[in-house]
Amino acid sequence: MLEITNLHATVADKPILNGVSLDVPSGEVHAIMGPNGSGKSTLAYVLAGRPGYDVSEGGVTFEGRDLLTMEPHERAAAGLFLGFQYPVEIPGVSYLQFLRESLNSQRRSRGEAELSGGEFIKLAREQASLLGMDAEMLKRPVNVGFSGGEKKRAEMVQMGIMQPRFAVLDETDSGLDIDALKSVGAGINRIMRAPDKGVLLITHYQRLLDYVEPDKVHVLYQGKIIRSGGPELAQELEREGYAEAAA
Amino acid sequence: MTAPFPTHRQEEWRYADLDALQPVWERFAEPVTMTVGAGENLEEVWLPAKDDVQVRRVQIALGKGAKARLFALNTAPVYGRIELEVSLAEGADFELFGANIGTGLSTNEIVSNVKHVGVGGRSRQVIRSVLNGKATGSYLGKVEVARGAQQTDAEQSVKAMLLDRGATANCKPELEIFADDVKCAHGASVGELDAMQMFYAESRGLDPASARALLLEGFVMGLWDSAKDADAICDAARDALRRVV
Repeated sequence: MLEITNLHATVADKPILNGVSLDVPSGEVHAIMGPNGSGKSTLAYVLAGRPGYDVSEGGVTFEGRDLLTMEPHERAAAGLFLGFQYPVEIPGVSYLQFLRESLNSQRRSRGEAELSGGEFIKLAREQASLLGMDAEMLKRPVNVGFSGGEKKRAEMVQMGIMQPRFAVLDETDSGLDIDALKSVGAGINRIMRAPDKGVLLITHYQRLLDYVEPDKVHVLYQGKIIRSGGPELAQELEREGYAEAAA
Repeated sequence: MTAPFPTHRQEEWRYADLDALQPVWERFAEPVTMTVGAGENLEEVWLPAKDDVQVRRVQIALGKGAKARLFALNTAPVYGRIELEVSLAEGADFELFGANIGTGLSTNEIVSNVKHVGVGGRSRQVIRSVLNGKATGSYLGKVEVARGAQQTDAEQSVKAMLLDRGATANCKPELEIFADDVKCAHGASVGELDAMQMFYAESRGLDPASARALLLEGFVMGLWDSAKDADAICDAARDALRRVV
């Protein structure tokens, strides 16, 4: 579903990714673990098309299409979702308006009918309540005044509303307490565990993987994947640390 | 007798489009005066008209404990000027929420002179400008605190967004304070849209033009949050933004 081949990327002319190859078939959840500065977030941003993250070599295909030639909004319409490590605040724009316009823009470009105001609010309420978020919060400006945990929960509500085909979740578990971690984990399983969907879960720690069991675990180190294995690899890393894995 | 025609040498007319003003000067030479009596409340929404040149010159006298709250959208196709002279008696409260939205070669300006005369007055001016092409948007805001107008609380917040290299924003908060126990805050910034906000919106499926429009809407629409009836000015601001984005 998502095929990354020998991906090299630079940020401000500094090489960060040095030949990442990875294949996530549909129906699978893959975890990427690695120490700080190993290139995890860069990989997420390159996949979503953030300006300034330049691919110097290699390629990425998403369901057979060349992902890297698409604009960020085209990637979203094609079904790619990035859960941000640091969700962005947008003062003056309510979450409801932001998400309704985003979703309808995606639907238009896929040739689907737009949702009416009423239909959208129903969908948004439903998704918020499934993630244990007060739907009233969606009337507030995007992420303004939200705690770290609320922002991450809101990212998952967005994912539930967008129903993407593939999600790249960048440290969605950071800043969450145990209860929030459980409900976010359950949210990921509910929204994304399906035979025609896929997930790339980027995390530092093994704890989210207790709730969202990955099919494969990869270790990213100095811009390269140095080891891949089953879920047991995450436990090994937790026990022995990244230095051991890199040795 | 008509007041003398202004010149650019006068600070409050420094950025004005005097060529555009000349033919209509007679109509606007005399400011409109308004009085808000002690303890009374005034709320007004000033919507743009269709004329190429739109000028409002208003003098407002606020009595003891009086309140005035103005919402103004300045978006004339050629020259728009909102000029205010406000005096505040003891405990009076004045708020101005204004936007300059300009396109093409237009000049839109908000020029205010807020005079704190009595003790314990409060004034708050929030101005947002969105400009493209070679448009100019200005805010010249003078706050005068008279001798004896202690515990004055005055605030000016001015932000401008330039969408093209040729656009110009002038922000000039000015303070003249003759009392020693006062709070006068002012802040001004001129910038472009935040790159991370743009990317966030695009990553959710908005094309760049729609993302820009939404972010700019947020930048301006926050001004009308406290209006009792904001529908008309919201609609007018949205229309104006559509012409600019």
